[in-house]
Amino acid sequence: MTTIDYERAPSVAEAGPDSELARRLQKMWETAPGLKGVLGSVDHKEIGIRYMVTAFVFLALGGLEAVVMRLQLAGPNEHLLTPEQYDQIFSAHGMTMIFLYAGPILSGFSNYLWPLLLGARDMALPRLNAFSYWVFLCAGIFLYAGIALGYGPNDGWFNYVPYAARQYNGGPNMDIYSLGMILLGISTTAGAINFVVTFLRMRAPGMSVNRVPILIWGTLTVSAANIFAIPSVSLAFFLLWMDRNVGTHFFDVNAGGQPLLWQHLFWMFGHPWVYAIVLPAMGMVSDGLPVFCRRPLVGYAAVALATIATMVLGFGVWVHHMFATGLPNIALSFFSAASIIIAVPSSVAVFAWIATIWGGRPIFTTAFLFFASFIVLFVIGGVSGFMTGSVPVDWQLTDTYFVVAHIHYVLIGINVFPVVGATYFWFPKFTGRLMDERLGRWNFWIMFIGFNIAFLPMHLTGLRGMPRRIYTYDADMGWNTLNMITSVGSLLFAIGVLLFFWNVFVSRKHGRIAGDNPWDAPTLEWATTSPPPPYNFVVIPTVGSRHPLWEGRLNETRSDTYVEAGLVLDKGRENVGTTPLDAQPDAILKMPGDSLAPFILSLCLTAIFVGLLLNLWVLVGLALVASAAAVLGWLWPESKLGETRAGVHV
Amino acid sequence: MQKKRYIATGLLAAALGGPVAARAATPLDYLTGYGSKADPVVQLTWGVLLISIAVVAIITLLLIASVSRGRAQPIPATPGQSLAVEREEGGLNWLWIGVGLSTLVLLFSVVWTMEVIAKVNAPPAKPALTIEVTGHQWWWEVHYDSSDPSRVFTTANEIHIPTGVPVAFKLIGADVIHSFWVPKLSGKTDMIPGQTNTMWFDAEKPGVYQGQCAEYCGPEHSLMKIVVVAEPPDDFKAWWDKQLQSPPTPSGQAFAGQIAFGTHCGSCHAVRGTDAMGILGPDLSHIASRKMIAANIFPNTPQNLTKWISDPQGLKPEALMQKPELTGAELADIRAYVETLK
Repeated sequence: MTTIDYERAPSVAEAGPDSELARRLQKMWETAPGLKGVLGSVDHKEIGIRYMVTAFVFLALGGLEAVVMRLQLAGPNEHLLTPEQYDQIFSAHGMTMIFLYAGPILSGFSNYLWPLLLGARDMALPRLNAFSYWVFLCAGIFLYAGIALGYGPNDGWFNYVPYAARQYNGGPNMDIYSLGMILLGISTTAGAINFVVTFLRMRAPGMSVNRVPILIWGTLTVSAANIFAIPSVSLAFFLLWMDRNVGTHFFDVNAGGQPLLWQHLFWMFGHPWVYAIVLPAMGMVSDGLPVFCRRPLVGYAAVALATIATMVLGFGVWVHHMFATGLPNIALSFFSAASIIIAVPSSVAVFAWIATIWGGRPIFTTAFLFFASFIVLFVIGGVSGFMTGSVPVDWQLTDTYFVVAHIHYVLIGINVFPVVGATYFWFPKFTGRLMDERLGRWNFWIMFIGFNIAFLPMHLTGLRGMPRRIYTYDADMGWNTLNMITSVGSLLFAIGVLLFFWNVFVSRKHGRIAGDNPWDAPTLEWATTSPPPPYNFVVIPTVGSRHPLWEGRLNETRSDTYVEAGLVLDKGRENVGTTPLDAQPDAILKMPGDSLAPFILSLCLTAIFVGLLLNLWVLVGLALVASAAAVLGWLWPESKLGETRAGVHV
Repeated sequence: MQKKRYIATGLLAAALGGPVAARAATPLDYLTGYGSKADPVVQLTWGVLLISIAVVAIITLLLIASVSRGRAQPIPATPGQSLAVEREEGGLNWLWIGVGLSTLVLLFSVVWTMEVIAKVNAPPAKPALTIEVTGHQWWWEVHYDSSDPSRVFTTANEIHIPTGVPVAFKLIGADVIHSFWVPKLSGKTDMIPGQTNTMWFDAEKPGVYQGQCAEYCGPEHSLMKIVVVAEPPDDFKAWWDKQLQSPPTPSGQAFAGQIAFGTHCGSCHAVRGTDAMGILGPDLSHIASRKMIAANIFPNTPQNLTKWISDPQGLKPEALMQKPELTGAELADIRAYVETLK
């Protein structure tokens, strides 16, 4: 048994990717081949890619649902779908895009990028990271199994009671949705905790909090928020499940329950969640755009603080989803003011981006086109949100297609466009190859034009009073032409998204070789090879500024980032632990290796939820015991992690 | 670059042209007001809409200007080629000015919003009457209250109000949540089981104002419409008086129809003054006087009535009205009877 001296002072050396040190690290960090590696990998890059691929699959499924809906709504009195089919499809579309695509895709990017941006070798809690992916996958399959069996959610993603109660919704649809959402909440919470701990502990020496990229601020902020927001929605779904299955009456009016309780619990989560699925994407733009403008972001501190301010205010605006529920006007006034004022921090970001382009020397890559056009989409989604924030206006706008247009400018404009841009930007890091720029231009223009044809006129559809969630409409309402335009535009947009997928597919094998830093970008992920080795960095870099790879070029007096030379940590899987604010090194962290425990625990957890769904209490009991065993296996002390007495050098 | 400018101009034209086109009245648009509650809200809606369009236009122009300053550089031929970077000073001025102006506009909007909330919070005068509207899956129960018990009555799906005076509403959800919405007169108020919401509006001019359920309430949410008929006060009083009358005693085929109605329809539907006293479905006491059937989805014609009575789900797929087992003769009798309920 080897003993580990983890209180030693690590040596400092210079070493490149071809060094003997690199070869030893490769052996220590690489994922085992075969099934064991597939199921047991804790490599954040592997997990990040899995998150992204899975989320893109859900994007495609949700897109397919959207296309079917747009065929049904293309003209008045269409009969392609029955009302029940339409209801399941619009509910599944919302659930898929909001919960299974928009959140997880950002988790994927952050998972892949965080340790690289921070100069670390993995996330702080690698096994928890694997666990959060597996649970996400299981929850996605759980929810989609319901859809495949014809029992998809049919009460919208917001799932209002009493329509979700057993009395009005007798099938298993709502039980599947409730349990699936609770399961997904476990994944999101685990992921959120991991990001927070990673931020506090894993930044490379010298990377003080004012030197981290904005994407880090975005993901950190929403992770902290999710830890508070997710319990609210998980509780709501759990109460609903109990109402439906064990006879409680939380939402049952006849027994003193309250339908509005659902709405409060749901939107106390729901509104912060909207920010959770845009702030990291805004962070991607804040980091990516300056690279193509050849200058640092204007107003770094203001943008970072605006990110946090948006999230904090975001917890005080949930009632703007409930302006028509009969709450007293005095309460509505408060939430109305908050919902309008929350635009202030957003305006900080907008002017910072424009100032960055204005004062830069822009290079019109596909990534730049996505990032720059996003600014306009962001503003359109922002001002329509500002309009719905005004109570008397919202009494008209709410539950019309105006809000549908708004939410799509937010979710597609502020999530999908940055994500596609970010894919063009970081794809070379993921694969070592550039995406095709020519195809990229087609991809961008078709998506941008298709999207605006589909959703800009939809504001007008809403101003003309078309209510949301209707499967059909009469010919004399003044909505026919507008709906036809939207349907045509959305098909065009879908073609644009397919081109994007096609470009990813082709460039993965045939793209131009990228090299370590194809964009001459300033942050640490570009300091290592493309794709990065399993251990990310041969030696732990030391960070001296906000733009480590641009040092010496920005007329800054100090230049003390070191990426070729740094701490050597090679006694097993190790990373340096640093202090939360200044990132002073203060410990050697022992990192766990591949483990099947997260995968097994995820399966056991899913089995609990299957048991709860089928009311198979024996299965629930067995799965609980198995889960406990899996947790025990996970936590079993390992000498190589310094967790046993024999392993510790005293 | 040129391409982008065309696109932006097109977008701008669409953004500006859209609301103007919206002025052409369509049944449910709310960009023109028809009452003293709707009017200040319409002004505010136009106000924030024009502010929004202006903001989008300004930002789009700034963006176009910033990419077409002639400072752009080509994509480097070799990936990884080192390119100059520079930190041009003065960028923060954008934030000071941009955010400062935005904040002023936002604060102005907050104040205007508060002013309108205060204005529409309560009716300008004591409401002339209170109407209780209950949302059911998928129709509207309408109950006229009065201090004189003999003037109280219930009807469905078609609300009549007098012009020029505020009318108060009590809104209730019978089963799931619905939302009461007559856009030309007022915004939405939800109808939530277990609580009674109140609202008011008035109509300046006589007219038929359409509305539709605005909270998703199940498969037939799409086909749950309401109409408000605003009439001069005298006409309104005459309508109310007529609603209070008992139906004429039927004879001939209609008499047979009344009996069949009692057997097949009476456990859900009521016709005041007869044995049919069901409360599960809409009150049909004066159904023949209503313009539409099935929650304002189909015109009240003999053909539609026949189709609706014989096969409700054929017209409205998930309607909760049970398909009655009727012979052809019974169906004709019932239709004849219903047509006498003027």
